[in-house]
Amino acid sequence: MAEITEVPSPFCGIGTDDLTIQVDGISLKVVENGCAVNSPAFEQAITDTCPRVDGKDVSLDVAVARAAALLKNTNQPVIGGCATDVNGMRALLALADRSGAVVDNMNFTGARNNFLALQDSGWMNTTLAEVKNRCDLLLVIGIDLEGFSPRFFERYLWNKESMFMDDTGKREVIYLGKAPSGNASTSPGGQTASVFECVNEDLPDVVAVLRALVKGNPIRVDSVGGIAVADLQCIADKLKAASYSVVTWAAGALSYSQAELTVQTISEMVKDINDRNTRSSGLPLGGKEGDQTANQVCGWTTGYPARTRFSSGYPEYDPFLNDANFLLGNGEADALVWVQAFNAKAVPPVTALPTIVVGRSGMTFAKEPDVFIPVGTPGIDHVGHAYRMDNVVAIRLKKLRESGLPSTSDVLNAIDQAL
Amino acid sequence: MLIKLTGGAVYDPASGVDGAKQDIYIQDGRIVNKPAGDVQVDKEYDLKGKVVMSGAIDMHTHIGGGKGNIARTLLPEDHRADPVARTDITRSGCGHAMPSTFVTGYRYAEMGYTAGFEPAVLPINARQAHMEMADIPILDKGGYVLLGSDDYLLRMLTAKKDQKAINDYVAFTMQAAKAIGVKVVNPGGISAFKFNQRKLELDEQNSHYGVTPRDILRVLATAVKELGVTHPLHVHGCNLGVPGNMNTTLDTIQGIGGLPMHLTHIQFHSYGTEGDFKFSSGAAQIAEAVNRNKNITIDVGQILFGQTVTASGDNMRQHANHKHASPNKWVTMDIECDAGCGVVPFKYKDKNFVNALQWAIGLETFLLVDDPWRIFLTTDHPNGAPFTSYPHLIRLLMDRSFRNDVLSTIHPEAQKMTTLASIEREYSLQEIAIMTRAGAARLIGLQDRGGLSAGNWADITVYTDNVDRQLMFEKPDYVFKDGELVVVDGKVIHTKWGTTHVVKPDFDASLEKDLQKYFDRFMTMKLGNFKISDDEITEDGRGSLTVHPLKGDVA
Repeated sequence: MAEITEVPSPFCGIGTDDLTIQVDGISLKVVENGCAVNSPAFEQAITDTCPRVDGKDVSLDVAVARAAALLKNTNQPVIGGCATDVNGMRALLALADRSGAVVDNMNFTGARNNFLALQDSGWMNTTLAEVKNRCDLLLVIGIDLEGFSPRFFERYLWNKESMFMDDTGKREVIYLGKAPSGNASTSPGGQTASVFECVNEDLPDVVAVLRALVKGNPIRVDSVGGIAVADLQCIADKLKAASYSVVTWAAGALSYSQAELTVQTISEMVKDINDRNTRSSGLPLGGKEGDQTANQVCGWTTGYPARTRFSSGYPEYDPFLNDANFLLGNGEADALVWVQAFNAKAVPPVTALPTIVVGRSGMTFAKEPDVFIPVGTPGIDHVGHAYRMDNVVAIRLKKLRESGLPSTSDVLNAIDQAL
Repeated sequence: MLIKLTGGAVYDPASGVDGAKQDIYIQDGRIVNKPAGDVQVDKEYDLKGKVVMSGAIDMHTHIGGGKGNIARTLLPEDHRADPVARTDITRSGCGHAMPSTFVTGYRYAEMGYTAGFEPAVLPINARQAHMEMADIPILDKGGYVLLGSDDYLLRMLTAKKDQKAINDYVAFTMQAAKAIGVKVVNPGGISAFKFNQRKLELDEQNSHYGVTPRDILRVLATAVKELGVTHPLHVHGCNLGVPGNMNTTLDTIQGIGGLPMHLTHIQFHSYGTEGDFKFSSGAAQIAEAVNRNKNITIDVGQILFGQTVTASGDNMRQHANHKHASPNKWVTMDIECDAGCGVVPFKYKDKNFVNALQWAIGLETFLLVDDPWRIFLTTDHPNGAPFTSYPHLIRLLMDRSFRNDVLSTIHPEAQKMTTLASIEREYSLQEIAIMTRAGAARLIGLQDRGGLSAGNWADITVYTDNVDRQLMFEKPDYVFKDGELVVVDGKVIHTKWGTTHVVKPDFDASLEKDLQKYFDRFMTMKLGNFKISDDEITEDGRGSLTVHPLKGDVA
C-alpha cells in the first residue's frame, strides 16, 4: 500500500492537483481532497484487461490487426470521443491523417458555442490564478458552477489569502440564469450569492439587455425573462464599479440553438467593460475529460479545432458538417472509431457500422463493438498531459499504479503502423 | 557513412571562410576533417557552382506556445487558403500566417533553416510550448522564458531582495521551463495592465508594486549576465508601436549601463513623431545608438505587406492595437499571475502610410547597422510577416535596384519620409550567413552549430547561386540536418526530429522553500507539478535535450 500526494486530476477541468491517493495493488482510494467528480473517476475499478474481437477475448496484437483490417478499405471513417491525453491525441490525429477520417470531439457541439464566437469576434479572458488573486466580482451565467466543479469556490474564490485583496470573503458572487445547487458560493462569512433566475432560452435576451445597460443604452421594458431590468442595471453598475470582475459560463450548458450568440454577447460585454476604465475578463468553463486537450492538439497539428476531416488528404474544418452523430445518422460514415480513455460511461453511439472502441476499462455496450481494446486512463495508469479549462495550463499527469493496460497512444500508434 | 560535399563555394563566417571552394566531409552526423587518403567516400555530392552555408537559425520566431495556438484557432479562413496535403513521408496541415506544427518544420527546412527559437515561453505555459515544438519535425528548437511581469519577481523587487536571490529565481525558472534564454516583454507592463494601467513608460511605476520597467530590465539583465547565460536578456521594450517610442528605445539602451542586452523586433520600437502624420522613422538614430553601444544586439522584426496575425505576450499594447485588427476579431488574456497575451490579426498594406513607413523603417535599420554580428534577420514571425517571406526579405537586402523598385510602389508620403532610396548598401552572402547562421548561433550560445568546421553538427544548406536572391533562398538544392539529407530541390524528402537546446544554470535549492510557500498560497498548482521534468521532453522517443555550457564553464 502506497500513498501518492499532489496528484493532478484530468477529470474536473479546474486542474486540482492536491489529491492524495492510496494505492493498493490496482485499487485506488482518494483519501484527501476528493470531490463528487474526481473521487469516483479515480476509484473506478478495472474490470476488463483483455481486448475483444466480436465479443471474444483476444491478444492486443489480434485486436489491433482486426481494427486495422476494418479500417483498411473504408471510405469515410469517423473517430469520435477524442477523450484522451496529449499523446493519445497525437496518435489519434496521425491515424486520422493516414486513414482520411473525420475527427470529432464528443463535447464539440457544446464547445462550438465558444469557437464560433471566438472565430467571429474574439474575447478577453483570464485564467484561474488571476481569479484566485484578483477577482472581486464573479458573475456566473447559465450554469450551476459547483455542480460543474465542486471545488471551484474553495480553491479559487474563498482561498484564505490573495495577493491583491485584503479579504477574499468580501468577493461578490452573482448568478444569472441558473441558481446554485448548494452553498459553495456562500462566502466563509456567510454572505450568499445574489441569484437572478431565468430559463435557459431567455438567456440571450437577458444577456443582451445586460450588455446594453453596461453600455448605457436605454431599455424600454421593465423586465426581461422574468428578471427586473432594475436588477440587471444593478449588475451592470457592479461590473463597471469592480476592479477586476470575472464573467464565467459553460458553453455546453447553453443548450439552445445559436447559443454562440450568447457567448458573443457576453464576450463583447467584457470588452465593453474594459473600455470603461476598469478591468474585466471572461472565464469559459470546460476542460473535462480531455476536451480542451483534443482542441489544443488538433489546433497545433491542423490549425483547426477537433471537428476536422482528413478525407481530402488535408485538414478541413466544419463545426457543423463534421459532427460525428450527423455523419453516422446521415449514412456518410462507414466505420466508427471511439476513443474515450477517461469515462467508461461515455460509450459510442449505437450504429450498424463496423465499430472499434479504444476505451476505459469497464465500458458496457448495448451492442458489442467489433473490436474493444481497454486502455489505461491518463493520470492513473500512465503519465501524460491534459489541459485545464483555461487552456493555458497543461497539467502533468502521474502514473499511480501498474495495471498493464496500454495507453491510448500505444494502441492507436499500433493500428496506424498496421495500416 | 562518409559523405563528401565537393567543390562548393563555402560561406562559413564562424571560421572566417568567405566563398572559398572547399570540400566538406560528414560522418556520424558531424562535419569531420578530410579523412586519410584510403578511406572510402560512401556518397559524394558535386557542388560546383553551388553556395554552401550551415543550416539557418531563426533566433526569434513564434513557433510554440498558447498564443500561437490561439492565433491558429482564430483564423480558419487563413488556413483554408493554404491547405497542405499529406504525402507518404509528410503529415498534412495548414500554412500561411500561422502554420501547423508539422508544416512549420517542413517549410523552414525547405528554406534551408535547421533551427528555430520561440522567444516568449511563459513559465506556466512552457509545457505547451515544448509540446508544440516537439511536433515540429526536422528543426532544432529552444525557448526564452518570459519574466518581468510575473508576480513573484515583482514581489521580490518590492521587497528589495538582493541580486543573488533574483539570480536564483531566474536560474530556477530557466530550469523549470527548459529554456536557453530569458525574455522580458513590456517590462512590468503586462502586470500593470491587470491593474488597469493602459501604458507604462520606462520610468513609470507599476501602480501596485511601485517598480519601473527600468528596474526590471536592470535586475534581469544583471541576472542573465551573472548566471553566465550566453544569450543576453531578450527585450521586447516598452511602448511597442507607439509613435515617438524611439526615445524610449534610446533611453533603454543608455539605461542598461553597458550590460549585454538584445532588443527584439526593434522596428516596432523605432518610431518618431515628425511629419504631417506625426509618424516618422527613428531608424537612423536607433542604428547609430546600436553601432555605438557594443553591448547591444538587435533583431529587426521586418514587416512585409499582406495578411498576417500578431501574437504577443504584450496584452497591454495588443489591447490598445485591437482597433487595427483586420479581420476585426482579437483575443487578449491575463495569465496565471505570470504573464499575458494578445492576438490581433493584421493586414499590412503598402498603400497605408503607417504600414509603408514601417516597412521602410525595418529596411533602414538593416542597412544602417554596421555590424552583421549584432543584427539578426527576423520578421518576428508571424507578427511582421510569416517566416516564409524570408527569401523575399533577403532579396530586399541584397539587391538595391529591386528594393528601390518596391519602394517606388508604396504610399507616396511614406516614400518622402524614408532615406531608403539613398542607401546604397547591399548585403553580401557572407553578411547574410552571419545574420542567419554564425551570428545567431553565437548569440544564443549554441555549441557546435552554425559553423562548417570539423566538429560541428552537419546542419548544411546548399543553394544554387542566382542573381535573383529570392529564388536562390527559396529553394535550396540540398539541406542536411545532423548529416541526414532532408531536403532536395526545396522539397522535404526525409524527416527526422531535432533536439531541444537548453542551459541549466545553478541556483540555491533553498529558494524552492519560499517558492513552495508562494505556490501553495497564491498559485493554482503545486510547485512540484509546475517544474517540467526531462522525461517530458524525451519520453516519446523523439525528443532530446542538448545542454549548452554557461560562460565560465570549463569546456
